[in-house]
Amino acid sequence: MKILVCISNVPDTTSKINFTENNTKFDTNGVQFVINPNDEFGLTRAMWFKEKQGATVHVASVGGPATEPTIRKALAIGADEAIRVNAEPLDGFFVAEQLAAVIKDGAYDLVIAGRESIDYNGGMVPGILATLLGMNFINTCISLEIDGDKATAVREIDGGKETLTTTLPLIIGGQKGLVAESDLKIPNMRGIMMARQKKLNVIEPVEANSNTEDVTFDKPAAKGSIKMVDPDNLDELIDLLHNEAKVI
Amino acid sequence: MSVLVYTESENGKFKKNASEVASYAYEVAQQMGTTATAVAINNGNTETIGDYGISKVLNITDDKLKTFNAQAYANVLKQAAEKEGAKVIILSSSTDAKYLAPMLTALLKGGYVPNVVAAPDSTSPFKVKRTVFSNKGFAHTEIKSDIKIIGVSNNSFGSVENKTTAQVEEFSPSLSDNLFGTTSVEIDKVVGKATIADADIVVSGGRGLKGPENWGMIEELAEVLGAATACSKPVSDLGWRPHGEHVGQTGKPVATNLYIAIGISGAIQHLAGVSASKVKVVINSDPEAPFFKAADYGVVGDAFEVVPQLIEKLKEFKAQST
Repeated sequence: MKILVCISNVPDTTSKINFTENNTKFDTNGVQFVINPNDEFGLTRAMWFKEKQGATVHVASVGGPATEPTIRKALAIGADEAIRVNAEPLDGFFVAEQLAAVIKDGAYDLVIAGRESIDYNGGMVPGILATLLGMNFINTCISLEIDGDKATAVREIDGGKETLTTTLPLIIGGQKGLVAESDLKIPNMRGIMMARQKKLNVIEPVEANSNTEDVTFDKPAAKGSIKMVDPDNLDELIDLLHNEAKVI
Repeated sequence: MSVLVYTESENGKFKKNASEVASYAYEVAQQMGTTATAVAINNGNTETIGDYGISKVLNITDDKLKTFNAQAYANVLKQAAEKEGAKVIILSSSTDAKYLAPMLTALLKGGYVPNVVAAPDSTSPFKVKRTVFSNKGFAHTEIKSDIKIIGVSNNSFGSVENKTTAQVEEFSPSLSDNLFGTTSVEIDKVVGKATIADADIVVSGGRGLKGPENWGMIEELAEVLGAATACSKPVSDLGWRPHGEHVGQTGKPVATNLYIAIGISGAIQHLAGVSASKVKVVINSDPEAPFFKAADYGVVGDAFEVVPQLIEKLKEFKAQST
């Protein structure tokens, strides 16, 4: 089985978000970048398929040279090879077109992407990819088992979960649950050393348009001050929620 | 040229979010000088959506669509859009809508913007406001393609009544077998209880509750309020509560009218996931908990004393108001 894990290079979850150049660009100043958390769960599941079922695991990312430390981290976690498409990710459709070219070229059986990246929260790359390539697709995937060319997956739905069966080739939009948080792999020294020897192929983008463009950004208005209620006077809280906030 | 909106159904009736997306579609149609058409699948009561400005319903009744299938549903919407010549398609932010939206986008080679929180800034050029960076920012995004697909954030635009008579037209899209590459074998869903996705109120517990055995009072408070229950990331990581209850940046997003956080300190990742909620109440014994800076109402106190009292007082309040 040949697996491709799609990796997005995103600001660490604790980052403060600011915008620059007249609020037209995300300010990367002082921001730490990491593997998108939803992708990291998928990468760890891919490592399981590698160890238990002899899968080959490649990772791919669309981004400039500055994203290479994040890609190297995926190699240090255990991916065999990496591909970087040398282009700024303009929008979800553009990224999906780039990854579609990578997948066609590499003849992957299983593509694991994250449900969404935590930067632009588009959540569209895996679904567009699947449709462009005519592959089966399961989103918000929280469990995945592969047996030959058959797959059994569980996806999160509003208020519960759904078990589905399908066949390879398959794309999933993964998230927490694919593996437990405690099973996430932290690269060890040996992994980091080995990652330096592994192939990181840089390829040029295919021609593709972006259909959307973020023109300007702004930040949520600062929160008004909080009203504190004495724990011995909870009637006041109920009164405020009923008469002032009008939510109960 | 009408604006198309996918109004989701469940058990033959519109889901709660249908009225919000219908209202949004009507608003966009008004701005563009056209009408709004809804697509309903296996729904026996479609005229009701006329209350929210919808003047036409494409009604699809097909046993093949009994269980949600993203690829098949995306193809239904594609055919509906082509039939109506619709250039703008409005979807909700339900898990199912977010599943099919990118597939529809690829089928129509359109531009898709999810997490939209307000009526369009303008329709020419077509520009919408959406959340980015997990609610830590907003982007004003222009859709440049001919086909525009918009995912409206839950509980952001609201339902706006506009009494209209909806003409119902039966529609039979063609559905080839190769659209059903995935098969649903089991659905495990809470019935008769509010879910995080559609509840007006969410009651959420954190590590401050000390253990899963103490969740009884969270559930009771939720029951009194008709609320859904949720939890913070550490609580789900510790296995105290199921993953499906985890709200925050890597969990489910919450956009309710009222979010009550009990024993949750308010890490930045948690706040990102819940900040779209309109009113936030924090109950925490630590007055320095960062959540107090992001909340509307706060109680500094021991949850094990405050919550049972709050339950009793809410019961009295509910008894009086009914």
